[in-house]
Amino acid sequence: MNSNIFVIIASSAIFYGTPLFFAALGGIFTERSGVLNLGVEGTMLLGGVSGAWASQHVPGSAWFTVLAAIIIGMAAGALTSTLLAFLCVTLRTNQTVAGLAITIFAGGVGLSSYFANIWKVAEAPVDRQVRRLDVFGWADAPVVGPILFNQTILTYLSWVLVVLASVYLFRTRFGLQLRAVGESPQTADAMGINVVKYRYLHTILGGALAGLGGVYYSLAIVPTWVDGMTKGAGWIAIALVIFGFWRPSITLIGAYLFGALQSLSSTLKARNVQISGDVLDALPFFMTIVVLVLVSTRFAHRRLGAPAALGVPYEREER
Amino acid sequence: MRSPVRFERRLEQPKWLNWAIPVVSLIAALVLGAIVLLATGKNPLDVYSRIFERGFAGTRALSGSIKTATPLAFTGLCAAIAFRMGLINIGGEGQFYMGAVGATWAGLVFGGDLPTGAVVIVMALSGMVCGGLYAAIVGVLRAKFNTNEIITSLMMNYLAAIFLNYLIYNSTSYWRDPESRNFPAGKPIPDRADWNFYEVGGIKIPLAFLIAIIAGAAIWVLYKRTRFGFEVGVIADSPKAARYAGIRTTSTIVIVLALSGALAGLGGAADVGNFRGLLDSKGLQMSGYGYTGIVVAALARLNPISTLFVAVLIGGLTNAGFALQGPDFPSGLVGTLQGLILFTAVAGEVLVKYRIRRNRRAAAVMA
Repeated sequence: MNSNIFVIIASSAIFYGTPLFFAALGGIFTERSGVLNLGVEGTMLLGGVSGAWASQHVPGSAWFTVLAAIIIGMAAGALTSTLLAFLCVTLRTNQTVAGLAITIFAGGVGLSSYFANIWKVAEAPVDRQVRRLDVFGWADAPVVGPILFNQTILTYLSWVLVVLASVYLFRTRFGLQLRAVGESPQTADAMGINVVKYRYLHTILGGALAGLGGVYYSLAIVPTWVDGMTKGAGWIAIALVIFGFWRPSITLIGAYLFGALQSLSSTLKARNVQISGDVLDALPFFMTIVVLVLVSTRFAHRRLGAPAALGVPYEREER
Repeated sequence: MRSPVRFERRLEQPKWLNWAIPVVSLIAALVLGAIVLLATGKNPLDVYSRIFERGFAGTRALSGSIKTATPLAFTGLCAAIAFRMGLINIGGEGQFYMGAVGATWAGLVFGGDLPTGAVVIVMALSGMVCGGLYAAIVGVLRAKFNTNEIITSLMMNYLAAIFLNYLIYNSTSYWRDPESRNFPAGKPIPDRADWNFYEVGGIKIPLAFLIAIIAGAAIWVLYKRTRFGFEVGVIADSPKAARYAGIRTTSTIVIVLALSGALAGLGGAADVGNFRGLLDSKGLQMSGYGYTGIVVAALARLNPISTLFVAVLIGGLTNAGFALQGPDFPSGLVGTLQGLILFTAVAGEVLVKYRIRRNRRAAAVMA
């Protein structure tokens, strides 16, 4: 029963959707504070390459190395987005170009590739990986086993994060203030909220989560580093934030949808289904456009829309 | 705690900033790059002098740099013309591919029959139409449905890359050389479809570079001297004001994106006609001209004439990177430097908008 194609697709949807969700959740925090991060793709790659390096070089027991790799990958992502925050919040530059700069600087032909080269990350496989678990020994249970009890620790972490993030955003004082900063920084400032601090912290948090997504690619999905291995996942994550209306729960569903699309190619090929591989490869990108068009027509002017101050640098009027 | 400096909005922008900002940005990027190099155990002076040698010293190096600068001039113009209106078209990469596809088709079909001049024109037009239509899709989605053009145009880069792979690797298409069985490759266009080179003072100038100069001048005239250019400026400053003034924003969005894509497509045509002579799926995807074009346009501050000069500069850097690639000149280095240039270029815009003053009051408090 567990070799049923729908079970396999559902299981891999969650497996491949998890890094998309991490990056998108980071995007939610960043954008809720009013900063647009177009550097997600580059941030993910830097996190991924740092994590892969750590997995190959940090000594100690396997679990310690993997934990170190995750932390180092997240730190690399946080550091990258600190740069973005400096440009967007302190220097008040054009956020679109600043984000593009991050992706070109750190991306598949930039710093992540440079690091991979000088650290010789691609020359050996990343042996110490984040592996799929067998929770309660139920991995072989019919239907639910592979889907729910045979994922990596990071997937379970992401389920905890969905709840935490939703509570934080909509049920705490900090979340309320964060949303105020993203909707109207002038008002928030007048209320005594430190706009700059909120924007910095949440941009950095977003970068750390994007770095975590990158680590998932280099430690859970592909066992060997390849330059530009995220293949557009960072951009899909940015679209997922819009698709999920800046809400963690809806974004999780969207991430699994796109996880399914991304895994479809390998799943169907393994089963000798006669569909052109190119069509399957194109599907996630094509569906991103379709989804964006649907979302922007129907709901654009409803209350579910984007934070009002998204992409606008905040400038405090001097007295 | 107050910061030691404060930003004061400039009321007018002095002319000298137009060249000072790019120069300062470039120097700052080189300094930052030197820090990265030092941190990773390389000698920055050594790396930079080798880049200069292979990119700019001597006629051979300059010929190579202008060759690389040619596609970058087109993708730079593609980005500049759209960014000027606030349309972030980062699909230059895909539009470039589609232009190459269209131009190769025209070269293969007409290359045997028409005289060279006519073939060049047909190839160029075909590339422009393909690139332009591909970008117009993004424009229509933006104009009709208000869909974010940044993500759609980027997604279409991936789609175009998959399309290229399909044409050359995964099908027996018209573009693929039927004799290439084991190593799939594009079908070469007939010799008569090859574009010319001109020699000026020992430097080989490709025909396409001259076309890029004409295109740059034409865009300058379009934006500075025509009603259309004025309307684009109004929309860029305030879409609301434009609508009240009766300017048709939706059709202008589609036209500007189509023009932008047509320029990238023309670059793709030049890539086939002037340089590769066939549809080179892998080579096109490795070059990443579309993304580098964004760096070119940003450093040129979206000015079409400056774009041409900056293209030669970045072309030299890229060309040197290709030539030097090896164990002690890793492949990601040039991309890293380009990213740093983009950083400093956007940070430099701060100096255009603001004057940075020392915060006297803070100093007084601290004393």
